[in-house]
Amino acid sequence: MSLKQTPSQTVGPYFAYGLTAQQYHYPQTQVATGAMANDETLGERIRILGQVFDGQGQRINDAMIELWQANAAGRFNHPVDARESRPLDPAFKGFGRVGTGTTPDNSFRFDTIKPGVAQDGQAPFISVILFMRGLPNHAYTRLYFSDEASLNAEDPVLNKVEAARRDTLIATRHETSTGVEYRFDIHMQGPHETVFFNF
Amino acid sequence: MSTLTKRDWASHAAYISPEYKSTVLRGVSRNLVDIDPELSELTGPAYGAEVLGPLDHDLTKNGQVNGEPQGERIVVSGRVLDENGNPVANTLVEVWQANAAGRYVHKADQHDAPLDPNFLGSGRCLTDANGCYRFYTIKPGAYPWGNHPNAWRPNHIHFSLFGASIASRLVTQMYFPGDPLLALDPIYLSVPQGARERMIADFSIDVTEEGFALGYIFDIVLRGVNATPMED
Ligand SMILES: [Fe+3]
Repeated sequence: MSLKQTPSQTVGPYFAYGLTAQQYHYPQTQVATGAMANDETLGERIRILGQVFDGQGQRINDAMIELWQANAAGRFNHPVDARESRPLDPAFKGFGRVGTGTTPDNSFRFDTIKPGVAQDGQAPFISVILFMRGLPNHAYTRLYFSDEASLNAEDPVLNKVEAARRDTLIATRHETSTGVEYRFDIHMQGPHETVFFNF
Repeated sequence: MSTLTKRDWASHAAYISPEYKSTVLRGVSRNLVDIDPELSELTGPAYGAEVLGPLDHDLTKNGQVNGEPQGERIVVSGRVLDENGNPVANTLVEVWQANAAGRYVHKADQHDAPLDPNFLGSGRCLTDANGCYRFYTIKPGAYPWGNHPNAWRPNHIHFSLFGASIASRLVTQMYFPGDPLLALDPIYLSVPQGARERMIADFSIDVTEEGFALGYIFDIVLRGVNATPMED
């Protein structure tokens, strides 16, 4: 290793017209939105809804959340995942990006599919990357699913987390009249501080 | 199967850097949980030429309505490398910034400086096979912010990059050489000395385009991700 990493800096309060322009109704385009699945995508349609809270429990209205996940067969749409036994889904890239500044309650919403199990022994999960003003380095967490209790109990990453904090990583499933919704709130600090990972 | 270098925390700010006030209630306060990278961390989204519009790399043109934007034209170029010095090819570079007067198009920016009807201030480009990128823009102005009395952000351009996987994801800011506000800026200063200087671009007469735009070089180093494909 010869070169040193370029330092990270906050995304700042004004990322919206650079990174999430269409969501915020700016004239520019954006590469990824919260609409991660289309009519052709294979898998169970789910909606992910949540809010981000600061150390005083206040909703954060200028956070940006990115999701990265496997498809319904558990395959990542990336050359490093070359497992032919799990088919790629041409209708699913697996990446989404949403800011919390366009809903009255500062919630984020993703419309996606529930990922398959990506590797034996794991529970299904979605990688979450969080950015905001006041956050000098993006933070990585994971979203697991409340209806996968038996797989969650065996998941090696969940088992690295102290038991009392595991709940912060579990999105709760609700069957609603408009489809399956998972609730996933993110707490930056406080008694329910979300577990963030280093890898 | 792979090597993934860790985030080099000596090169990054502490999550809670009290001089930068909004970190106090927003920064991660408990220890990060160390995990071994798996396929989910060694993969990530790839965007290519399909997301590039013809003017996305030229912020001096992509917001024009009825004329040229105000301010000093500049060209910013550089290489995106990993820690081993290998070029990060075909990776997306997204940028956004204030206009020459220090005003963002963003609706929440209430700074009493003029908007420029011919400047939007965001764009994107792709690195080539050698990891090189280049875009044209207007030198952004400094702007005040509420962190402390008489606080001003130095001139800067926001950058967002993906690299090889979600592990190499980076959002940073590029600063300009010789800016007196750097020594007073808690966001810049939150990064340890010795590392923060890597965020300052170099002026380059070679990149400068005669009669048109001053040139700056900003090289970016992402975490090293060296993964061999996983097969069945
Ligand atoms: Fe800024």
